[in-house]
Amino acid sequence: MSITRAMKRYSAFAIAREAMSYHQNWEEAWRSPAPKPKYDVVIVGAGGHGLATAYYLGKNYGITNVAVIEKGWLGGGNTGRNTTIIRSNYLQDPSAAIYEKARSLFEDLSQDLNYNVMFSPRGLLMLAQTHHEVRGYRRTVYANNLQGVATEWIEPKRVKELVPIINLDGPRYPVLGALYQARGGTARHDAVAWGYARACSAMGMDIIQQCEVTGIRSEGGKVVGVNTTKGAIDCGKLGLVAAGHSSVLADMAGFRLPIESLALQALVSEPIKPCMDVVVMANTVHGYMSQSDKGEMVIGGGTDGFNNYTQRGSFHHVEETVRALIETFPMISRLKMLRQWGGIVDMTGDRSPILSKTPVENLFVNCGWGTGGFKAIPGSGWAMAELMARGHSPLTEEFSMYRFREGKFIDESVAAGVAH
Amino acid sequence: MLILDCPYCGVKAEETELQAGGEAHLKRYGPGSSDEEFDGYMFMRKNPKGVHFERWRHAYGCGKWFLAARCTATLEVFGTYPAQTSAPPADLQAKIKSKRPNWEGYK
Amino acid sequence: MSTRLPKGGRLIDRTKPLNFTFNGRRMQGYQGDTLASALLGADQMLLGRSFKYHRPRGLVASGAEEPNALVGLGTGSRFEPNQRVTTTELFEGASAASQNHWPSLEFDVGAINNTFGRFLPGGFYYKTFMFPRFAWKHVFEPVIRQSAGLGKVPQDRDADRYEYAYGFADLVVVGGGVAGLAAALQAGKEGKRVLLIEQTAHWGGRAPVDGVEIDGRPAEDWVKATVEALGKMANVTLRTRTMASGLYDHGYLLAYERIGDHTPGDGRPRHRLWRIRAGHVVTATGAIERPLSFAGNDIPGVMLAGAVRDYVVNWAVSPGDRTVVVTNNDDAYRTALALTEAGLIVAAVVDARASVTGALPDAVRAKGIRVLEGRGIAKVKGTKRVTGVSICAQAGEGAEIEEIDCDAIAMSGGWSPVVHLWSHCGGKLIWDDARAMFRPDAAKPPTGDDGMSMVTAVGSANGALTADEVLADVAKQMGGKAAKTNSVAEAALEPVWIMPQGAGPQLKMKMWLDYQNDVKVSDVQLAAREGYHSVEHTKRYTTLGMATDQGKLSNINGLAVLSDALSQAIPQTGTTTFRPPYTPISMGAIAGEARGDIFQPLRKTPMDEWHGANGAYFEPVGLWRRTYCYQRPGEGVHEAVNREILNAREKVGMLDASTLGKLIVKGPDAGRFLDMLYTGVMSTLPVGKCRYGLMCNENGFLSDDGVVVRLSEDTWLCHTTSGGADRIHGWMEDWLQCEWWDWKVYTANVTEEYAQIAVAGPNARKVLEKLGGMDVSAEGLPAMEWREGVLGGCRARVYRISFSGELSYEIAVPASEGLALWKALIAAGEEFGVMPYGTEAMHIMRAEKGFIMIGDETDGTVIPQDLNLNWAISKKKADYLGKRAQERSHMASPDRWKLVGLETLDGSVLPDGVYAVADGVNANGQRNVQGRVTSTYYSPTLKKGIAMGLVKHGPDRMGEVIDFPADGGKVFKAKIVDQVFYDKEGAKQNV
Repeated sequence: MSITRAMKRYSAFAIAREAMSYHQNWEEAWRSPAPKPKYDVVIVGAGGHGLATAYYLGKNYGITNVAVIEKGWLGGGNTGRNTTIIRSNYLQDPSAAIYEKARSLFEDLSQDLNYNVMFSPRGLLMLAQTHHEVRGYRRTVYANNLQGVATEWIEPKRVKELVPIINLDGPRYPVLGALYQARGGTARHDAVAWGYARACSAMGMDIIQQCEVTGIRSEGGKVVGVNTTKGAIDCGKLGLVAAGHSSVLADMAGFRLPIESLALQALVSEPIKPCMDVVVMANTVHGYMSQSDKGEMVIGGGTDGFNNYTQRGSFHHVEETVRALIETFPMISRLKMLRQWGGIVDMTGDRSPILSKTPVENLFVNCGWGTGGFKAIPGSGWAMAELMARGHSPLTEEFSMYRFREGKFIDESVAAGVAH
Repeated sequence: MLILDCPYCGVKAEETELQAGGEAHLKRYGPGSSDEEFDGYMFMRKNPKGVHFERWRHAYGCGKWFLAARCTATLEVFGTYPAQTSAPPADLQAKIKSKRPNWEGYK
Repeated sequence: MSTRLPKGGRLIDRTKPLNFTFNGRRMQGYQGDTLASALLGADQMLLGRSFKYHRPRGLVASGAEEPNALVGLGTGSRFEPNQRVTTTELFEGASAASQNHWPSLEFDVGAINNTFGRFLPGGFYYKTFMFPRFAWKHVFEPVIRQSAGLGKVPQDRDADRYEYAYGFADLVVVGGGVAGLAAALQAGKEGKRVLLIEQTAHWGGRAPVDGVEIDGRPAEDWVKATVEALGKMANVTLRTRTMASGLYDHGYLLAYERIGDHTPGDGRPRHRLWRIRAGHVVTATGAIERPLSFAGNDIPGVMLAGAVRDYVVNWAVSPGDRTVVVTNNDDAYRTALALTEAGLIVAAVVDARASVTGALPDAVRAKGIRVLEGRGIAKVKGTKRVTGVSICAQAGEGAEIEEIDCDAIAMSGGWSPVVHLWSHCGGKLIWDDARAMFRPDAAKPPTGDDGMSMVTAVGSANGALTADEVLADVAKQMGGKAAKTNSVAEAALEPVWIMPQGAGPQLKMKMWLDYQNDVKVSDVQLAAREGYHSVEHTKRYTTLGMATDQGKLSNINGLAVLSDALSQAIPQTGTTTFRPPYTPISMGAIAGEARGDIFQPLRKTPMDEWHGANGAYFEPVGLWRRTYCYQRPGEGVHEAVNREILNAREKVGMLDASTLGKLIVKGPDAGRFLDMLYTGVMSTLPVGKCRYGLMCNENGFLSDDGVVVRLSEDTWLCHTTSGGADRIHGWMEDWLQCEWWDWKVYTANVTEEYAQIAVAGPNARKVLEKLGGMDVSAEGLPAMEWREGVLGGCRARVYRISFSGELSYEIAVPASEGLALWKALIAAGEEFGVMPYGTEAMHIMRAEKGFIMIGDETDGTVIPQDLNLNWAISKKKADYLGKRAQERSHMASPDRWKLVGLETLDGSVLPDGVYAVADGVNANGQRNVQGRVTSTYYSPTLKKGIAMGLVKHGPDRMGEVIDFPADGGKVFKAKIVDQVFYDKEGAKQNV
């Protein structure tokens, strides 16, 4: 269905028009309705993945009697706290399939949603700093080419051309080359959530914020509804798409998920003029960096080591990340850290996500994206919608929560020690 | 930046001296166990938002593994105790219960 | 104009002038100036341009909250962008340059954005720049990026150094104003170990500026006496120029000391990062004054009232000759008095409150200054400098009542406690309606490891306003008796969130909330109108509070405007999350000394020096460095490797194998334990013999391998991979301590206690025999056995094991004797053609023999059965770690890829990591694959390419040719062959 009928289109012309009335007449990007007693589908979690799931249920399957319920504010979890990297240069086939689906959807997402999510395919490099890493990335390039993911191996000279501020000749870990995905990049994370929310709302879906799930009701092994702080809501199908809090929700439904919740931290520098157009990941020394459109250097590293729901991390991880990046980009030594923050990521046994049916009929789960969820949002929503609407999806086939029982892992640590 | 008391060497150990080891009191399932049992042991870890029992190693200290009862929502530490036990000590459980009356208890 | 006053200035030393430049212009200030006061004293009001509209901007504040006055400071390797002039101490030769403009500060082309500001409301970029699709990346984004970003990019490697320090205290008091000093004094008297830190170079905070008297003497004297008293206490440490940047869990306080910022190049570290463990933290961090939102409140010359007072009293600088004070509270009247005291003109005090009485307003009136009650500012006149104000009724819509000429405006919208540290670890805030402020909620403090409060907020940081209240609050919370002050009663403030109250959209579009990011009242209202109701949504949609001052001035005003737009109470709106650091801290300080050569610890073998002196090309292996190959003059890496291999195959080579992990496992249950750890049986290994073993993780995957040696009845030595020693040792201890704690086993990691040298090649025995001392004959030391003795004068343990396929001895000696033995072997081997070889030659020789390498054939997804290593897996054992996992359906599947050898039809070398394709595509449209290359080399021995790989049903498909598509459309055709390419019978090593 067309989303443009229901809402005023955004454009430069619209801005000029509204400027005449001092912008007093813009309409709400999304409605804030009270919940109805029953929906065909209820999605728990109005982050990027939950909203995208709802969007593609409507767009691809015509299912619009949908509520997306959110205990805080939409996009307030990991969607709004990540380092906005988009790539699909994964080694294993199932991963490459869903991340490339996502990346290709990002290409047209602004136009599709009529909301500028600022997808910027500025190019992404994963540096190889040991011979072992060189072999791993070369292998990834071969795998990617067979998977339809455009990546290439580049030599140090080309790395330097793409990243003039890089130090190729560190005394400990000289740069030996890089895995390069020219159409990888970044997008504006909040805008992804807002754009999906606006489009969902325009299709008549209800986005209900400040609404916490307190219980999950099922009858005869089938889910029938949820209890929330805004009352009971019945549903035909239920999707749990709540990242770090998935275990808590699964517990309400009476099953356990193979995930653990850990803190992941990130930080930004003060803004400076443009100096790095690409995204650089340095896995041997454990850090990655890009420059936002505002000019901040956006920096991330690995996860903390223990179960944690506080959205705060330990400072020594920040130290390790900054050290690694000063080795790689000496000039950042004279920049200042403006802000650091943390999010809660849900890690599975093989660090790959779960998009799966569950022991409860009509209850589906989408979680376990670990440190790499943002880049997957459109593909995850697309695949989850297919799974919920049709009962199966080739994109989710391998991501069942039962794969661990069979010993059938999707292990990406093979190619990249550091997540993201 | 956690601090945990190592029950072996008595040192108030800083997080950078420690290595986290995940859920405590796991029962190992080896050959002869069912797929469900083995899956449960390997992957279906408790992940509570609240009281959690977990393993730590005083890796850059005395090298010993020990166990801790900690709240994952506030990071309060209720106590630490040696690893050579299959359930949390009763006095520690009582202490947690007194601090967290709604705690469902160790299962 | 702004000028230096002829007298006064409590912080400056007029006998010590300092020269500096701004945008190349030479200026002069004094010792004790900040860069801000020096610039203002030199009549430099215009200091920068804003982020979005490039509006001209001057100083607003005098401290860490300053949003506008950021400069590029220094040059070359000591250049730093975005330095806040208000917190930069002036030094001789300082060189500052303004930012974010082109071509110049006075004339900035980017200011065209200002003209079109109406078309660039908050969040405009989400609504446009979408067509055509390619244009975002190629047209719009580059333009936005170029115009955004504040400071210039540092070009050179940082010339300064940084260090860490550690601190421990029962109590850390943050803030050296009167509240902090009083709190520290009380705790010090109680004998607590106290650390008192202050972010500026001076003690005393605001009190001396505000004319406070304590115990009948000027605050300045009280401060001096108190600091002296604290200095005499052995249990109290005082530290200035040290800012508490963040509070982390369990009392971990991070503090940032600026040691050398004001003395660049003097050899001291520039910054020191303090990692402090605090028993308890007292935040005496004071409060920050709020601006008022009236049209044109960002024009240079509009400043906070408290800041105006600071500049006059502390540095004897007047922001203007004729000032209008605008306020909603009594405190700003102090500014009018301070200005008058300094001989400057106060044109009027504009007070939003309908009726103003009390000691401070009366004192102002007594000076003959007009006090306009119930009035507000309709708009400020001027562009690059204030020229006047238009006065209106606060209750109205902005109709001008009169115009007043002035060149400075001192504004005060009330004070907000600095609650950052309180909030970093989850401390909650409550809204104080009477004072219009968020202050710490003592009932919901941040808690420590014991679940108890770990922070106490005192003084202004806790919402106290007058000196009396501040000291009473300290006494109440810290104990002791509060000193008396000269505080006078102050009337309540009246919350004023916009001025005038009924301002229309045109005025609201000129009321700045966030100066640096150019967020105005109209933007926040637009966000509310468009559904961005959460304070986090509004922040992110408008960028309110996201600039380098992190909203210290704008947040409260912004959320008040948002609350008003949503018709809800301010506490219902709440605040955004406070995150460290309080003010930005240098990346250099965060990294500390760990850079360059000492970025990470470097592990070297006992023979490392010799390698370095003999052409070693090193590679990192974990933290070790190992010799990849030894290059001779003029020789390339590949030639060197090939030479080393051929020499070892034909004569004899030597490898430094010291990095191999060496773990002792000892005790009555050691054999039983190793049988659980390894897939094979180690308990039956006879003393004196060696056996190859595999270790899996509990998930079934192969994790390490190596030769196990039985040293005595109850002692085994386990060799691990170079990277694996610490990991495997931890793994052993894990099982012994947490699972089989009743087993009597002792382990020790002795990796670094031994040097180990492999001597391999047809002449190996001759070399050892020449050294002499041990029987190394075929009978005296058969394959897979070991002997202890003295070899060439060194105490040695010699293992007859081979990873190259040649006759080979591995000799372990105490680490201290490693270099001597190495040299002795080189000397003894000379006549037999000995050459050292590196890791790459080792890799190739093992591949020629079809031996697997952990990390090449394995990648965490491979089980031993995949590698045809069933011979090393015991069928008899009931259990070993990983056995149950390997019984799962996918692991037991006959369809798993298995190890084979691969040979290209033309003898070329297969590319590393290349995949073998199968017909068709999978359900996701990806090309089906049936195998991949795990190791591939040019074999100088066989003069052709050799490879190993994992192939579906591989061992059943010997002789079959499969396709490996590689770069540029080239397809390698390779035949599936046996994985052993060289000396299949093992004749060479068994001589």
